[in-house]
Amino acid sequence: MAFSLSSHPWFRDPRHYQIATLSALLGYGWITGAFEIEAAQFTVIVLAACATQIIGSFLIATRPDLRSALVTSLSLALLLRADAVWPLALAGALAVGSKFALRLNGTHIFNPANFAIVAMTLATGAAWTTPGQWGTAVWFAALLAGAGMFVTYRAARFDVPLIFLGVFAALLIGRALWLGDPLSIPLLRLQNGALILFAFFMISDPKTTPDGALARAIFAGGAALAAYVMTFHFFMADGLFYALALLCILRPLLEWANPAPRYQWGDAVKPPQWKFRMRRSQSSSEPRPRIAPAE
Amino acid sequence: MKRSLKKALIGVAAGVSAIALTGGAVAFCGFYVAKADTKLFNKASKVAIMRDGERTVITMANDYQGELKEFAMVIPVPVVLEEGQIHVTENAILDHLDAYTAPRLVEYFDEDPCQRFEYRELQSAAPVAEDEVIVTAARKRDSLGVTVEAEYTVGEYDIQILSAEESGGLATWLKQNGYRLPDSAESTLGSYIKQGTKFFVAKVNLETQSETGLKYLRPLQIAFESPKFMLPIRLGTVNADGKQELFVFALTRSGRIETTNYRTVKLPTGMDIPVYVKNEFGSFYKDMFHEQVKKENERAVFLEYAWDMNWCDPCAADPLTQAELRELGVYWVGGDSASQPQRPQRTIQPQAQDVFVTRLHVSYDAEHFPEDLMFKETGDRSNYQGRYVLRHPYQGDSQCEAAKTYRAGLPKRFEQEAQTLANLTGWEIDDIRAKMNAGEQFFETPQKDPWWKRLWGGDEKEG
Repeated sequence: MAFSLSSHPWFRDPRHYQIATLSALLGYGWITGAFEIEAAQFTVIVLAACATQIIGSFLIATRPDLRSALVTSLSLALLLRADAVWPLALAGALAVGSKFALRLNGTHIFNPANFAIVAMTLATGAAWTTPGQWGTAVWFAALLAGAGMFVTYRAARFDVPLIFLGVFAALLIGRALWLGDPLSIPLLRLQNGALILFAFFMISDPKTTPDGALARAIFAGGAALAAYVMTFHFFMADGLFYALALLCILRPLLEWANPAPRYQWGDAVKPPQWKFRMRRSQSSSEPRPRIAPAE
Repeated sequence: MKRSLKKALIGVAAGVSAIALTGGAVAFCGFYVAKADTKLFNKASKVAIMRDGERTVITMANDYQGELKEFAMVIPVPVVLEEGQIHVTENAILDHLDAYTAPRLVEYFDEDPCQRFEYRELQSAAPVAEDEVIVTAARKRDSLGVTVEAEYTVGEYDIQILSAEESGGLATWLKQNGYRLPDSAESTLGSYIKQGTKFFVAKVNLETQSETGLKYLRPLQIAFESPKFMLPIRLGTVNADGKQELFVFALTRSGRIETTNYRTVKLPTGMDIPVYVKNEFGSFYKDMFHEQVKKENERAVFLEYAWDMNWCDPCAADPLTQAELRELGVYWVGGDSASQPQRPQRTIQPQAQDVFVTRLHVSYDAEHFPEDLMFKETGDRSNYQGRYVLRHPYQGDSQCEAAKTYRAGLPKRFEQEAQTLANLTGWEIDDIRAKMNAGEQFFETPQKDPWWKRLWGGDEKEG
């Protein structure tokens, strides 16, 4: 079933699935009042992100593809809050702008939505995340959506959320065991909608995760470790997001150690290769050009 | 007095095992401890937190109604506190903060419908206070792998700052020193110790207490710097008898605070409710709160107030003066010239004072709140208040057409209010209707008209 779906070209691009499920989540949270975001705020995020995408594409002379901008907008609408319109508009523009401005080796460095969240929370007090504000129902919906994506695209890049969540859960449970805390404490921490959304819809972005399977595993595990340390040893409420930004900075190093062909949206699914390749060699599928348009 | 106390202590020390240390209830941050036979009643804990960067001032009020002797409290703190970092303040300031932020009733009187509708705001009110139980203990001296980092007497409290290597030692030390400790507290203590937490024991010094001439205990304050923005509630849930109520008043610069590991939910606000609630606002508020707690599966923290400290609308009480704010740790206001109290106006424009107040209310137990409350400060400065509206119907006998329409509409409006009230509080709708009928909001219980009454245009206009 998953294979028959993902073999269709339209379904092969996970962004379609992301747009559909993130919109559904946002709509659900909106109706139930779980998310405090106004229609105007959501609109400006989308407008700012799409406008930036169009301008950026024009500047590097490619055809604008708004699907990524839309995914980014939806992530921001789900995770970032402000009591004015401009901080969210700025976040949308920063997110997509970072794809064009901050590049290395022909690809953008940061996950766009993550970059905007980190920039806005570190640099201004005007926007903030609300990690605790997801009820169990929304959390469950997010988990379901994430799991659905994993099943549909299991052979592509979605080993990342599982490794990330696995390592993070192991750290939390290990901490509880060491402290002698009841397991209800790590479970409470794991029942967090922002965490699930982060795992399935942000850190798993194929464009900003290493292409080599081993490098990707280290990337996901490292992000979990960094998030844990920032949250529990440095008491940063937004440690999760800072951790991903940190790992994105380290990503070129991981890619250098474990090179692999660059992922393109709509790539056919293939099983991950778990071998370190010290020399650059092509994996099972056909070679890909190194330079990818910013999408 | 002093002598008799000493005697009592010695007696207790000699016969710790003989004392009937029954029960073992606790309070928010720590244990309230008192003699076994003393029936204590902790209505609700109130904690004010000033937070700016890592600077933190916590003011803890014990709504402690038992006998003052043998009272003691054990509180986890992130750092070893020096004498100057501990302070005792007046209850009145926290009471003022409580009143200022309390959910409020607003009363309007309908004007003569033949004139114009114009609502006049008349009055506001403020309730609050809940239940909860307490404990037991005695006292004795000894030491056991536990370092007493410092000992001070601050106001009516004898303070000891403890650090311990492991929970067993601390538990034994506390027990040997006569503090009643539920067995299950040991693992919680162990968790805190491994996280580098120090402990702070406050005991009432009856001698200085009697000098204050007060019948109650004044709030204790601690000032420290720590990246941890949290309130320890776990010790308070150990072996607690039922749920505990906690009010948190946060004073910050940038905006509202919220919990990061639990949902922070706004209490429903702005509803029209029957006017008789004016006399039952306390029970209304309490039942409404508990109803909302149930709706959120008992896992939410409730936002009751979020406002810029400069003003209020309507005001349940005047905003706090600069001197009061400073006392609560808001170090950036007032300063040298703080002595002249700024005259707060009612319903008036903000002046730059830069203090944002958040009031959170949580009803917690170990099952639903296994972890301490972790907070974060947001940039949200939008105002929120718990506000409930009473609309008195017009009582005159004007006869114009508008008055007829107005009167015809009243039963429907009353019914609406009754439904709202029943929804909010879980009260029986029939009781509500009966009470409304007995007051000034009488309405015929809505009976369904026979279907044919509406068939040819006959309607209830004349009702």
